[in-house]
Amino acid sequence: MKIARYEMPTVTAPVELNKDEILRYSRHLILPEVGMEGQLKLKQAKVLMVGAGGLGAPLGLYLAASGVGRIGIVDFDVVDFTNLQRQVIHGTKDVGRKKLDSAADSMQDINPYMQVDKFDTAITSENALEIMRDYDMVIDGTDNFPTRYLINDACVLLKKPNVYGSIFRFEGQATIYGYPGGTIDGKKYEQGPCYRCSYPEPPPPGLVPSCAEGGVLGILPGIIGLVQATEAVKLILGVGEPLIGRLMLYDALAMRFREMKVRRNPECPVCGDNPTIKELIDYHQFCGVPNPKDAQPEATHLPGYVSDTEIDAVALKAKLDRGDKFQFIDVREPHEYQIAKIPGATLIPLNDVPKRIGELDPEKETIVHCKMGGRSAKAVDFLRSQGFKHVKNMLGGITAWSDKVDPSVPKY
Amino acid sequence: MAKVLIPTPLRQFAEKNDHVELTGASVGEVLTALTTRFPDLRKQLFNDEGKMRSFVNVYLNDEDIRYLKKDATPVAAGDTLSIVPSIAGGTYEMV
Repeated sequence: MKIARYEMPTVTAPVELNKDEILRYSRHLILPEVGMEGQLKLKQAKVLMVGAGGLGAPLGLYLAASGVGRIGIVDFDVVDFTNLQRQVIHGTKDVGRKKLDSAADSMQDINPYMQVDKFDTAITSENALEIMRDYDMVIDGTDNFPTRYLINDACVLLKKPNVYGSIFRFEGQATIYGYPGGTIDGKKYEQGPCYRCSYPEPPPPGLVPSCAEGGVLGILPGIIGLVQATEAVKLILGVGEPLIGRLMLYDALAMRFREMKVRRNPECPVCGDNPTIKELIDYHQFCGVPNPKDAQPEATHLPGYVSDTEIDAVALKAKLDRGDKFQFIDVREPHEYQIAKIPGATLIPLNDVPKRIGELDPEKETIVHCKMGGRSAKAVDFLRSQGFKHVKNMLGGITAWSDKVDPSVPKY
Repeated sequence: MAKVLIPTPLRQFAEKNDHVELTGASVGEVLTALTTRFPDLRKQLFNDEGKMRSFVNVYLNDEDIRYLKKDATPVAAGDTLSIVPSIAGGTYEMV
């Protein structure tokens, strides 16, 4: 199989640093590993960041500061209050603005001598190759599996390195996937593994959603994003030992870094010796998740909606006011219960429901709630399977209760 | 005894432990000991046919067992088994 050799542009183009830039980058210029030659490589480099969120924040800030000449950002999202705990490229004044604009402003403020290309779109099978084509490498800062597989496949097809980083709560991973082969710092690297070599298939969705596990230590994406930025700069400069074939694992609570070897799978359908995937596929289908484009608008019910299996917050309030007798269960986690609760509900975290089912009477009416209605739906299905006849899911969870019944209950 | 490191997404199924010491002569035996000790973990790691789910990788020290002898990979005293799931940000869907 012919393997493309990946060479960073050599410094032949008439790119120069002006006096201001020389002063700006002086601490780079006096480092033997960078020098004028390295700084000019940075200035000519073109890096695409997918995502201007948790990982994108440190990436954008530090790559701009270090003098990467052209950075493309793909993000269609808008800055939300809940982002500010970790997405330090956005400020309080940016809430409600497009992340693209907010990020570009921060980056240009740090470094007016670099260019930001804005892509106000989701990255899709239809546009990925086109968007990525102009850049030397792609940095994956996304937050879902379909997009990660899409970016991976597109990078392999275009023979561009995919500087990968991902986080969960207080653990992180980083590596370089899809390296097409080349020489770095005098050392030859064969074609590296891709994401599918590590994880041929995504986790199946439609399982118990663990929204309770959805939190993340704000500081965590900072470190992982910076590891990605470091690897990007090293690739541009052609120095050091890259994370090719090396999966870095980070545990913030233990403050421990570990490393695992990752190998290219010769039978990988995308980067193997006989690839079967030669164009981008439908990644939502691959991951078994609904495509947001196809989403039907959610059924809206009039306030006071009750059916055999569901009840909305307003109808529930009416039952409580009337003094109706029923079993009212909250299946969230203890730490969520401490943030906000609905009076009268008994806390039985979802994973404990099977163990504690004896506390409930299957003949009595039971109403279950959680934060948004997902976990409670699962609990209702489970209880029904155990013979509970009169069990209902409270639609929209405590979030809907706060919206429609009692705004003094905090949302989180 | 080998040390098995349990990643964050799976700790809720392992009574919140981040690691556990288990005996076993092979990776397969150690994983069986793990899921015997924490039955809730079995469904996360293995599908109904008993095969390891492909969004979880197991490393013996720093080598992926798929490139060693998989379940038959011998385990020596003092070895570390790491379970490394794929992660993708703030939301993680589990079995």
